[in-house]
Amino acid sequence: MSLLEVNDLTVQYGNNAVVDTVSFTVDRGESVGIVGESGSGKTQTALSLLGLLPRNAKMTGSVRFDGEELLNRGENHLDGFRAQRIGIIFQSPMQALNPYLRIGKQLRQILLQHKIATGNDADAKVNQMLDRVGLPDPERQFLAFPHELSGGMRQRVMIASALICAPDLLIADEPTTALDVTVQAQILDLLEELRDDMALLLITHDLGIVAGRCERLLVFQAGKLVEAGATVAVFASPRNEHTKRLLAAALRADRGEVLAPADAKTVLGVEGATVSYRDSHNARLQAVVGVDLSLREAETLAIVGESGSGKSSLVRAILGLIPMQGGRVVYAGEPLEGPVELRAAAQRRDLQLVFQDPVSALNPQMRVQTIVGEPLLVHESTMTAESRKDQVITMLQKVGLDESYLRSYPHQLSGGQAQRVAIARALILKPKILICDEAVAAIDSAVREQILDLLRMAQHESGLSIIFISHDLAVVRSISHRVAVMYLGRLVEVANSENLFALPRHPYTKALLDASPVPDPLVAPVAAPLKGEIPSSVSPPSGCVFHPRCQYAENICSERRPELRQIGGARVACHRAEEIDLSS
Amino acid sequence: MKRSGGILLFVLVLAIIGPWLSPHDYLSTNFDDMLRSPGLSGLHLFGTDDLGRDLFVRTMLGIRVTLLVAVVASLVSLVIGVTYGAVAGYVGGRVDAVMMRFVDTLYALPFIFFVILLMVAFERNFLLIFVAIGAINWLDMARIVRGQTLSLREREFVSAARLMGVSTARIIFRHITPNLLGIVVVYVTLTIPQAILVESFLSFLGLGVQEPQTSLGALVDAGVNQMEGASWMLLIPAAVLALILMSFNFLGDAMRDFFDVRQTP
Amino acid sequence: MLLRLLGAIPTLLLVIVLAFLMVHAAPGGPFDDERVLPTDVAANIQAAYHLDEPLPQQFTRYMAGLLRGDLGPSYRYRDYTVSELIGSGFPISLQLGALAMALALLVGISSGTVAALKQGSMLDRVVMSFAMTGISIPVFVVAPVLVLLLAVKLQWLPAGWSGESGFAKFVLPVITLALPQIAYIARLTRASMIDVLGCDFIRTARSQGLGSKAIIRVHALKPAMLPVLSYMGPAIAAILTGTVVVEEVFGIPGLGQFFVRGALNRDYTLVLGIVIFYAALIISLNLVVDILYGFIDPRVRQR
Repeated sequence: MSLLEVNDLTVQYGNNAVVDTVSFTVDRGESVGIVGESGSGKTQTALSLLGLLPRNAKMTGSVRFDGEELLNRGENHLDGFRAQRIGIIFQSPMQALNPYLRIGKQLRQILLQHKIATGNDADAKVNQMLDRVGLPDPERQFLAFPHELSGGMRQRVMIASALICAPDLLIADEPTTALDVTVQAQILDLLEELRDDMALLLITHDLGIVAGRCERLLVFQAGKLVEAGATVAVFASPRNEHTKRLLAAALRADRGEVLAPADAKTVLGVEGATVSYRDSHNARLQAVVGVDLSLREAETLAIVGESGSGKSSLVRAILGLIPMQGGRVVYAGEPLEGPVELRAAAQRRDLQLVFQDPVSALNPQMRVQTIVGEPLLVHESTMTAESRKDQVITMLQKVGLDESYLRSYPHQLSGGQAQRVAIARALILKPKILICDEAVAAIDSAVREQILDLLRMAQHESGLSIIFISHDLAVVRSISHRVAVMYLGRLVEVANSENLFALPRHPYTKALLDASPVPDPLVAPVAAPLKGEIPSSVSPPSGCVFHPRCQYAENICSERRPELRQIGGARVACHRAEEIDLSS
Repeated sequence: MKRSGGILLFVLVLAIIGPWLSPHDYLSTNFDDMLRSPGLSGLHLFGTDDLGRDLFVRTMLGIRVTLLVAVVASLVSLVIGVTYGAVAGYVGGRVDAVMMRFVDTLYALPFIFFVILLMVAFERNFLLIFVAIGAINWLDMARIVRGQTLSLREREFVSAARLMGVSTARIIFRHITPNLLGIVVVYVTLTIPQAILVESFLSFLGLGVQEPQTSLGALVDAGVNQMEGASWMLLIPAAVLALILMSFNFLGDAMRDFFDVRQTP
Repeated sequence: MLLRLLGAIPTLLLVIVLAFLMVHAAPGGPFDDERVLPTDVAANIQAAYHLDEPLPQQFTRYMAGLLRGDLGPSYRYRDYTVSELIGSGFPISLQLGALAMALALLVGISSGTVAALKQGSMLDRVVMSFAMTGISIPVFVVAPVLVLLLAVKLQWLPAGWSGESGFAKFVLPVITLALPQIAYIARLTRASMIDVLGCDFIRTARSQGLGSKAIIRVHALKPAMLPVLSYMGPAIAAILTGTVVVEEVFGIPGLGQFFVRGALNRDYTLVLGIVIFYAALIISLNLVVDILYGFIDPRVRQR
């Protein structure tokens, strides 16, 4: 008998089945991955196992845990299983923890409720658990509120709460999606380390995460379980078409072709760019410090970094959306200065931006036709409405949407379609430079490839230069000629793709590459390459800002700030770049 | 939403045409026909008051006055509130901080007492009531519009419009305002009953609309004085007032759900 | 926190200046509508009340008195000072207000919570219909209707105040005063409780098997009470306003009645004094609410 047996599980809202006759099992001590795109029903499945779905969800079928039926049983019955037998971790640790209660109290309550420990015993047990999940100084953190912790630390607390009763099964629903890639690696390692003989059901959209960490794989599509099998077998010979597509769309940071550098003249130069602003506590935050960059004609330059690296602030300052405190930007020989409103019309139409969240980037009160046509209305005021409409239609066709979308409102579009509309709007003025800020981060992998194709095609057709901001090195590898890596507002390495991916020169670049999950079960996941988390940009570390997390750091690293130096084919800001060997 | 809207429309139409249909007017006293209870006799549908005036016509007049004061006061608060809030929200930064600090300060004041003070100090005229009530209610509107503008301004479609070269005026009118519309409509609907409450409260205390003019609050006040002998003088205007207030509140609630606006700004 | 305290002082000052100016900018003096006095008598009266002095001087005099707790003489209750009148009226109003507030919180929060937990049920609908009626019907309608019904027709409770003793005379005024607040607090509690129960951290608590009682008690109650706490400021102001009506209708010799009488009689010093007193009360109670809020919401406390 398996630990968990799910039979013909169906979850319906009204007549809409979000989970459709799904059956699978999880054995004791086994790790099973559930993979699928957004809306595939994977989270709904997880929540239904513990009876956590909203009241209007109708569930049929059977979920047996250790032989006992869980589906549609009363809360009292389920409470006996929750935490004690089955623990669960949710995606967003900020929302999943109670912001009004001290962390210690939230954990303690679980022990009290299940009568596992009381009084000082309970406190001691909580401290012990916080220590196990790697919270520094657990006794102090016991009294902390969730907002006082970083995202990674909050997720550690979440894990502590799921494991404190030592359950037999742990369900982890996108446990690392909200985290930076180096922290993600730490959390995945932690789960592995604490797991022992506990069964794990790991739910994710990222094939790279399950590849090295789950024995078996379940692939969901549109509420249905379309493929199940040993991870190695599924990756090697997928039988289902959808699985094949998913695997084909999975990009790898560790191998695959890279683009040769574009050899052309510079169109955009950035010198000593510095951006700072005040945060909500009125502290001055150094978002970007002294960045030098250049962008060539028909080139895609990727800017890579984790949260707080300053990559978004940098491009927003270039575009004139936020003020720059120092440095200058030169476009086509002319300085780009001041807020965007004060710039020359010709300059404004040559630089366009595509945002991460296409839904927020489109005005919900406007139809697609108005949205895509608005730039023409502003810059080509003599154009007739008729020819404007024609241009909009042509542009929409270029991004793969037909005329029928003209009258649609943004909320009627899928994420991928909305992003196409946003790209159409950005390209309709035929800009020279397109800046994409995490433009595919919120988009499912299968559609992601189409959007990337669209960008490649636009570049090929019109010699467009692209600045591509991303945290995902696998995506970056597939689209960029050159890569600039940022950490805490500073450039740490700039190199051609072929150099950077083959031989990273900066320890941080190396760590980013190692932390990128590889969608290949035959590649063993590397242990988390970095300890700790990104420090605050309000009070950055002295010398090299990376030194507190760098395994190669020496005295000089905390004393002097390293300049970007030319080493081999790369520019690197590291005192020890020549000495250390990062080839693995 | 339909039901409360329908009731309001009916009340409004009745208030406008009702007095024409009645043979009586709101002024004429008739000391032979005092405190007649409601009924068809003498065509006093709602009876008469202690001066023999027809209560139906007076109630209709009261509705007119009450609604007029409330709607005008709400428009005053709408204009001040939306302008103030939108400017604070879109300009942001220090200007916003100072403007909102001012609103916070005003919030802490016991406004209704100020209004009463105003009524005591100056002549009790109509205009003053509009201004006073509008002056109370714009604070909420300003806060709500400011909050909404602030969040809209941060939305990426506004950044996109700025990058495209769309003028600030067009951004405010084509991109921000249409997205504010829902919330403004909801709060105007909810401001009207508040304005009605203030007006009728003042009139009830004898500080609002003065005789022989009347409003629902003044009618309730008159009714209280006669309630032991002529309970209809209290109950009829009270019921009409409650019906109107309830309809506005229901309408506002329904619209809030419709526009999916959160209760707290 | 200290900043808030310091912020309250200019607000209070603003109130005083505004109120003072309003009263003194009024066309016509307080004694205008009395029988026409000989000019010298009028001048004497003016002098006695310092009305012949220039405005800044009057203001300085008033402020100096205020700091000593002296709000000047009443124009109408000739033998009393304004402070004495407030001193005699306020304790009664305070009793009424405090009882009404306690009742409103008790009934409002519990019925709102129950409605939220049984969302969509018959009970929920009944509570919410009552609440909607409660916020829609003004105090000055509820008060006379209740008197008419319970005191005049059924004779269960006393209609007036004077001559009555014991608890019975409190019942109707307090209920009248509390009703709209019960309604508002019930709606607020229900909405915020539903909001909180929909939060992710409640799902987390459920996933930990805490059981509905512990979830409400440990996780939901505190955050759900925050909007209610924020409403305390406006509620206090509303109850103060309500006492004005209730005291008028029930003939209770509280502060509100003095206020209305003062307003109708153009007793400027009395009205001015009471407005300033009310303002100081509301501002300081708001301050207390702010501080309490900080204790409950850790994210506010930090700032």
